[in-house]
Order: sequence, then C-alpha cells, then structure tokens
Amino acid sequence: MLLIEPTLIQQRIDDLQDQDLYIHLEMTTGAYAAHLDSTKHPAATFISNATLRYIHGSISGEGPYRVGLKTELGWVYSEGLTHYEETEQERLILAGHDTQGKLVVALQLSKEPF
Amino acid sequence: MDNNKKTTFSLIPADSRILVVLPHPDDEAFSLSGTLAKHIAGGGQVTYACLTLGEMGRNMGIPPFTNRIGLPTIRKGELEKSAQAIGIQDLRMLGFHDKTIEFEVKEVLDGTIYDMIVELKPALIVTFSPGYSVHPDHDATGAAVVRAVERLPQAERPLLHTMAFSKNCYAELGQPDIENDVSDYLENKMKSIQAHRSQFQAVEMLGQNPLKDKEIKERFGKERFWTHQI
Repeated sequence: MLLIEPTLIQQRIDDLQDQDLYIHLEMTTGAYAAHLDSTKHPAATFISNATLRYIHGSISGEGPYRVGLKTELGWVYSEGLTHYEETEQERLILAGHDTQGKLVVALQLSKEPF
Repeated sequence: MDNNKKTTFSLIPADSRILVVLPHPDDEAFSLSGTLAKHIAGGGQVTYACLTLGEMGRNMGIPPFTNRIGLPTIRKGELEKSAQAIGIQDLRMLGFHDKTIEFEVKEVLDGTIYDMIVELKPALIVTFSPGYSVHPDHDATGAAVVRAVERLPQAERPLLHTMAFSKNCYAELGQPDIENDVSDYLENKMKSIQAHRSQFQAVEMLGQNPLKDKEIKERFGKERFWTHQI
C-alpha cells in the first residue's frame, strides 16, 4: 500500500464512473478494542459485494482523505482514507490506517466480485 | 476595513429580506438566531435554506432515542421548531445529503442557490466562511454561496456576511466587523438552541445549574459576522 495521491485516485474514480461495480465498504475499531481498553466502544460494520453504479465521484481533503460517490438515488461516503494498493490495475483498493498501522476503514471498487 | 468601528444589521433596511444558507439543522441556533429574530421583529423577511437534514449526525441522545433511520425525521422536526422560535417566515429544506456537500455536482448546488437569490433578491445573505468553518459541509456551503453570488452582475450582488470558528479564523480574517446586540431576543435564541434536542445535551451545553439571565446575556447576547468582500 502507498500513501494516497489524490490526483491519481480522482482519475481512477472517474474511470469507474457509470459502470456496474461491486463495492466493499468497511469501518471498524477492531474486535479487541473493548477487550484492551474497557472505555472504548467496539464497533464494526461492513458491506461486501453490494452492486453499485455511481454517476459522479470525487476525493476530497488534505489527508486523511474523504471519498463521496453519488448514485442515482443516494450516496456512498467514506472518511479517513490514507492508502491505496498500487499493484491493482482493475480494482480500486483504498484503506485508512491508524498511527499503529491498523486498518480502520476500507473502500474497494471492482468490476468483478471480491 | 476599520475593525474598531463595529457596524450592525441596521445597515440592512428593516423591511428587507435576508437569505440564510447553511447545511445542517442547528447551524443557525448559536450564532445567528438572535440576529434573525431581531430582523423579523423589525419587519424584515427571512428565508432559511437548510441544505441537509443532518442525517449523518452521531448524537442520538443519552440514552439513544433514535437511530440512522429515524434521525432525519427527528432533525426535520427540530429544525421546524427552531425556525418557529425565531419567527422565520420561509423555511426551505433543500434535500441534499449530510456530509456530501463538498462532493455535490457544482452545477446542481450552485444553481440551486443562484436560483433562490434571483427569486428572492435578498439584501443580505448569511452563510459560513469558506475555509474557516471546520466542518467540510460548512466550508463547501460557503464556497457555493460565494460562487453563486459571483455569477450575478456586480450591481445586483447582495451583501454577504459569514460565520467562522476555525482555530485560525481570527488570525487570518481579523476580528468580525459586524457585531449585533441580540440581548432583547435571547428568549427566541434559547428556544432555537433547545429545539435541537437530539444534538445538544443540556448539561453539556449549559452546565449542571440553570444559567442566570446575566450569564445567558454574557454568553449569547452578541452575534458577530465578517463582511465577505466579493
């Protein structure tokens, strides 16, 4: 994973616009959050291989970055993104990692199911 | 600009229209509600265009009394209650989605605001100062208003006043040049604030003990704005 370069990611978002895609969207504080520190609230949520077609999308912010994808009837929103997977050409793999390197948020788009 | 000389909204004709453009229900309450109540009491008209229903807010009450599904309806009701407390004659909910203003198609966002300006011909628009208002929706709303006003010929542009509260706003914008005494309208203002029940915990906002009138006046009696030059 490399640190996000917003101009590059914007280009990738534009390239995937107006197509039937699969999305994986996830946010988590980690399964051990409350176990390690009882004051922490453990929370995680994800949606995987939902189908999505967006009509407009952009990346915003100074880093960590935010991405918003506008669909016909709604929105996809993700905040806290820091990294992208540079070895992927067909799929867009974005993730947000905390200062300890742990994954907090993930946003992935692909023409094929994950 | 002479920052020592504070002007007030008396510059705006008493019977004129103010257009307020803000993204979230409750954005009006702390910084603007007294000014609007005062303008309305003087015979003025107010249109409040609220871009979203604040449906991605994280506060659901303690203990939680609603959820992601119920929140938009709750916040819509709170907004209506706040507008009523202020006396706003024309409340418009524009139907954009919370957290997405900066991603919205600019032609759609700017065009919606531009059309309202042309329709209403306000003497003054109040919004957030782009770049100095902390929440991305706030900054994006202010920027869209500025772009919409810039579309108008110079002679037809209304005054533009902005609200800002980022850490660097005083260092970079200077002191606000508008200071409006709203101490006679604190009843409207406190009712506006309290209308947004799902967003504000009374104890967190006002402390354990009921505030005395003098404390309310000191904390909420003045509202300040920057004149935005276009």
